[in-house]
Amino acid sequence: MSIQVRHLRKAFGDFVALDDVSLDVPGGELVALLGPSGSGKTTLLRIIAGLEPADEGTILFHGEDATTQPVRERQVGFVFQHYALFRHMSVFENVAFGLRVRPRGVRPSEEEIRDSVMGLLKLVQLDVLARRRPSELSGGQRQRVALARALAVKPKVLLLDEPFGALDAKVRKELRRWLRRLHEEVHVTSVFVTHDQEEALEVSDRVVIMNEGKVEQSGTPEEVYERPSTPFVYGFLGDVNLFHGRIHQGRVNIGPGELEAPGWADATNQAGLAYVRTYDVELGPTPSGPSSLAAVVRHVRAFGPVVRLELDLVQGGGTIEAHVARDRFDAAALAKGRQVYVSPTNVRVFAEPGSERRPA
Amino acid sequence: MATIAVSRPATTAPRAVTRATGESPAVRWTLIGIALTFLALTLLLPLVLVFHQALSKGIAAYLAAIREPDALSAARLTLLIAAIAVPVNLVFGVSAAWCIAKFEFRGKNLLISLIDLPFAVSPVISGMIFVLLFGMHGWFGGWLFDHDIKIIFAVPGMVLATTFITSPFIARELIPLMQEQGTEEEEAAIVLGAGGWQTFWRVTLPNIKWGLLYGLILCNARAMGEFGAVSVVSGHIRGETNTLPLHVEILYNEYAFAASFAVASVLTLLAFVTLALKTLVEWQQRRAEADRVEAVLPVERIAA
Repeated sequence: MSIQVRHLRKAFGDFVALDDVSLDVPGGELVALLGPSGSGKTTLLRIIAGLEPADEGTILFHGEDATTQPVRERQVGFVFQHYALFRHMSVFENVAFGLRVRPRGVRPSEEEIRDSVMGLLKLVQLDVLARRRPSELSGGQRQRVALARALAVKPKVLLLDEPFGALDAKVRKELRRWLRRLHEEVHVTSVFVTHDQEEALEVSDRVVIMNEGKVEQSGTPEEVYERPSTPFVYGFLGDVNLFHGRIHQGRVNIGPGELEAPGWADATNQAGLAYVRTYDVELGPTPSGPSSLAAVVRHVRAFGPVVRLELDLVQGGGTIEAHVARDRFDAAALAKGRQVYVSPTNVRVFAEPGSERRPA
Repeated sequence: MATIAVSRPATTAPRAVTRATGESPAVRWTLIGIALTFLALTLLLPLVLVFHQALSKGIAAYLAAIREPDALSAARLTLLIAAIAVPVNLVFGVSAAWCIAKFEFRGKNLLISLIDLPFAVSPVISGMIFVLLFGMHGWFGGWLFDHDIKIIFAVPGMVLATTFITSPFIARELIPLMQEQGTEEEEAAIVLGAGGWQTFWRVTLPNIKWGLLYGLILCNARAMGEFGAVSVVSGHIRGETNTLPLHVEILYNEYAFAASFAVASVLTLLAFVTLALKTLVEWQQRRAEADRVEAVLPVERIAA
């Protein structure tokens, strides 16, 4: 079932949590709401669930207005950040809860409840722990109980709030892959909130990037990563170098040198931001073009397949971070203290926020 | 400096290592001695005295004092008042705690302070308040007299005073407990389709049951033992508006010491039962709490 969010606004006192947010979640997809803390992503999720009322705007489930529908009628599954398992109930009873509280007429029989709960526990690989209390489970197991509990009511939409936030790195990776597979199996429209870009890009079909209560960009992981549409998205996804400078006739002057500014040919002396991804630079002993900048290697971190370097620009203007594939890393030429030339191979230039003009 | 630093561990090594907060045996025993002496003088001695005095004229006299009609009527009234005040405060306490812990609203701090009011003012003043409100010359006195409703110097006034005095017990016990538990489990229940009552009975209540029971026991003990406020509004009519604590005082003032202490011993026994129940509940509560701590800890350990 698809979800449409239209012009949502929500303020807590003076703090504007959501500012005219619109969003489309196609049916059956797994969508990530990605953003730094305070960007409004959890508030948006809670409003979709019905746990929080919106000040303005509408929410449509499958084209039908659900804005004023009470939570319990929305048929959503919600997985809380800290799981919110019922601590006095066994794993089995936790999962069975949603079925047991149904009105008598539509409540499944005890046998049906047992079958469906045990089926779900098998799905999340916890059937052997059905009698345990939540307090006797590890974090990852609790997370899976919370998922099974949310799925037990056959929700039309599954909403997950920082589903892996409280877990350590290794369990997180496992659960991430597992969630992906689970989604392929049950295929319920799912939205999850995360502040971890890697998690969002790896798991989801679509990523919605939020900042300060607004949607910055949404698209497939490839789209948002390869073609960030705003400076914020560029800075938020992946490691980048940022230069402030002035754009003039297709070039941007960043102090120690000039870089090409594709698409800004008719700009005249405008404040701009130039982004260069850390792996979009070439390092060489001689300048390779007009955009090459002289720099001194300050720090080398040579473990793993990628060598990370920190370089000081010779003519001032701060430091540059560069990631070089190990097989192209020349240890002798790039030792600490050596002077090299940094040539950005891919520059993305934005107008400084607040100055009006956009690239042609 | 270096040599001193190195040689020091060698000289101190044979000494037993004490904990930073450990005290020498002399200090420990002195402190324990003071505490025990204090306890013996202020608690144990009076307790022994109550039973000694109560039984000073023999078992027969003791039983007679307890079975005396006025004493029985006082006991009945005490039970009646508790039977009304405690359930009323159960409802009030749970609702107040629910409001304060689960919702944000203006004037919340004021409400919390108001709940503490009965603890803060002297019980005698609490009694006076009701006399000023409902007494012959009080605000509602005239109207009540016209309609022939008796509150002061009658049972309704005693129930009111007792309810007022005991109102903080349950709310006070539940507020921190419910605040600590937050609203996530309730939200989870509602998302899963549970209604308000279902959420309360199946999720909220099981989580607070031991704290609630603890508050109930304390509330009941105070309701049965309250003297000051009840004394002001009672009128001390024997066989009609006398509770057990008031009855003890009357007997004592009439120099019927043995009888007075016999009735007092009944109240004392009640206190014992209360203490035993309280200990049992505390023990259960700690177990539930250990569960709760467990429920939080492992996750954080993993995350660290």
